[in-house]
Amino acid sequence: MIYRETGQFKANYQDDQALFPIEQDRYVIFGILFLVFGVVPYLMNEYWLNAILLPFLIYSLAALGLNILTGYCGQLSLGTGAFMAVGAFSIYKLMVAVPDLGFIPLVVLSGLITAAVGTLFGLPSLRIKGFYLAVATLAAQFFLIWLFNKVGWFYNYSASGMINSPPMTVFGFTITGPEGNMTAKYYLVAAIVAVFALAAKNIARGRIGRNWMAIRDMDIAAELIGVRPLIAKLSAFAVSSFYVGMAGALYFAVWLGSAEATEAFDINQSFLVLFMIIIGGLGSVLGSFLGAAFLVILPIMLKNILVDGLGTDSALATHLEFIIVGVLIIGFLIVEPHGLARLWRIAKEKLRLWPFPY
Amino acid sequence: MLFFIEVVLSGLMAGIMYSLVALGFVLIFKASGIFNFAQGVMALFAALTLVGLMEKFGFPVWLSIIGTIAVMILLAWLIERLMLRQLVNQEPIILFMATIGLAYVLEGMGDILWGSDVKVLDIGIPQGASDWMLDTFDIYIEKLEVFAAATAATLVVILAIFFQKTRIGRALRAVADDHQAALSVGISLHTIWVIVWSVAGIVALVAGIMWGSKSGVQFSLSLIALKALPVLILGGFTSVPGAIIGGMIIGVGEKVAEVYLGPFVGGAIENWFAYMLALAFLLVRPQGLFGEKIIERV
Repeated sequence: MIYRETGQFKANYQDDQALFPIEQDRYVIFGILFLVFGVVPYLMNEYWLNAILLPFLIYSLAALGLNILTGYCGQLSLGTGAFMAVGAFSIYKLMVAVPDLGFIPLVVLSGLITAAVGTLFGLPSLRIKGFYLAVATLAAQFFLIWLFNKVGWFYNYSASGMINSPPMTVFGFTITGPEGNMTAKYYLVAAIVAVFALAAKNIARGRIGRNWMAIRDMDIAAELIGVRPLIAKLSAFAVSSFYVGMAGALYFAVWLGSAEATEAFDINQSFLVLFMIIIGGLGSVLGSFLGAAFLVILPIMLKNILVDGLGTDSALATHLEFIIVGVLIIGFLIVEPHGLARLWRIAKEKLRLWPFPY
Repeated sequence: MLFFIEVVLSGLMAGIMYSLVALGFVLIFKASGIFNFAQGVMALFAALTLVGLMEKFGFPVWLSIIGTIAVMILLAWLIERLMLRQLVNQEPIILFMATIGLAYVLEGMGDILWGSDVKVLDIGIPQGASDWMLDTFDIYIEKLEVFAAATAATLVVILAIFFQKTRIGRALRAVADDHQAALSVGISLHTIWVIVWSVAGIVALVAGIMWGSKSGVQFSLSLIALKALPVLILGGFTSVPGAIIGGMIIGVGEKVAEVYLGPFVGGAIENWFAYMLALAFLLVRPQGLFGEKIIERV
């Protein structure tokens, strides 16, 4: 009854091409933005912000990036962890070398560097497809992590091989380093994620996005109707890596504070982000957020229930957690292989007709 | 020169160990089109079960091996029942993700059932350097690796006979060739899947025994799956000989590169060199060395 588009006429092209053509959707989006920026920071304590919301937002950005590549363009990638590492190490080098530029430009810059690296590793996609490509992107994963681990220049020859983010400020608030202000961190990350999620939604419905989807659905047919695979595939790799790189930069500089290549960005990281987009929904911006939320909150919840609630000892709990996560993933794939975003779409269809479905 | 031969030989032997894991991948991919990421964890799980049966229940070696095979077959049946059957007709990426979920489950189960500490696996495979090779040619080779090579060869021969001569083998090849055609002549896909996963489980057990005897049964065993992936893309996902020869090429390339190139770039290039090598091959032959030619139609 509430979610109905009757009476909403599209009288001009502008209305027709609106990002959210249905009025209720716009209210929901503004509502969410209001919640995110106006309500949540005052309700949550530091623990919640740090343990759940920051990683959720950062992983959403990474999932968004991978979703552009895998969900929209159909190129399976297992190198997300390494591309996050590229973002993290670029921002580290930049923060040390040119701190005067300001934090936000540095984040964008490290995203651009990652985009360049990602394009380079996207080149094989022109020749190989499917799982062959997935394994080829593993080459990026192992090679880059090895590089960051072995070549001292990347971590400024620190004895432990760790990189630590030096303190930086945005609008007078300390964002990085041990003195960082939690609420400021949250605002910064949320703002970046909001802006780039909007951008992703726009890119995906525009000319480039349609080219990607054509390539995903059938690349030969797309080529025949005039989509250039070289441009489409490489642009997908570039944009995707840009997002993933920024996520990596924020992950290291804002959330972790210090990182070591082999631990923070190993292959499990790549799988985690891939799970997020599969569970959330391939080819959906909303899905990236839902998947990230699910996989960030699930382990914390399980740990709380198992260790605090049931009193299982922590070693057994870790193993049980593995099993439960695995079973849930398989179960999810069986019940709804198109992800949480699909459930939302079905709900929307139902809501349109509710309460008189016929 | 002698040193070079030694490096190549040890590379060959290591490559055969990779092939053993890659073989399991190929079997499942051929029969069901599933890229089974859990193959490495299956090897770990099989080895853990074997050690567990031997240590906790004090079974003799032969009984433990039979017991483990039974467990792997049961596992294959469960996987088919609870997972594959529900996921029929899904996209390959969904099935791939499901096998990663399966890897988590198996890992957790293995740890809970048998404990997560490093275990020594000793089922009487000869250890140490081969004296004969050392005396005659002055070349150092592990006995275990020679044994592994011989086992791999036997395994391939048995598999080849199984595939070519038996009724089930023919059915398997029919399914690998064309699912629908196989269904229409009355081959049960579900049975075939159980059989294929069981065979892959037994191959995983062999791989698990070899790797376990070499470096102890521990969590890192599941990571050899990652080592087997470049072997796969090099040899082609669908080719058994490809897995063997690909494994050897990767093994030799890796060792030679580590010895002659490693010192110049800081070592530990083993992790990615295989992938780069495979990638270079792929750019020339996108379907791998022995993979079926990819024909695409609009």
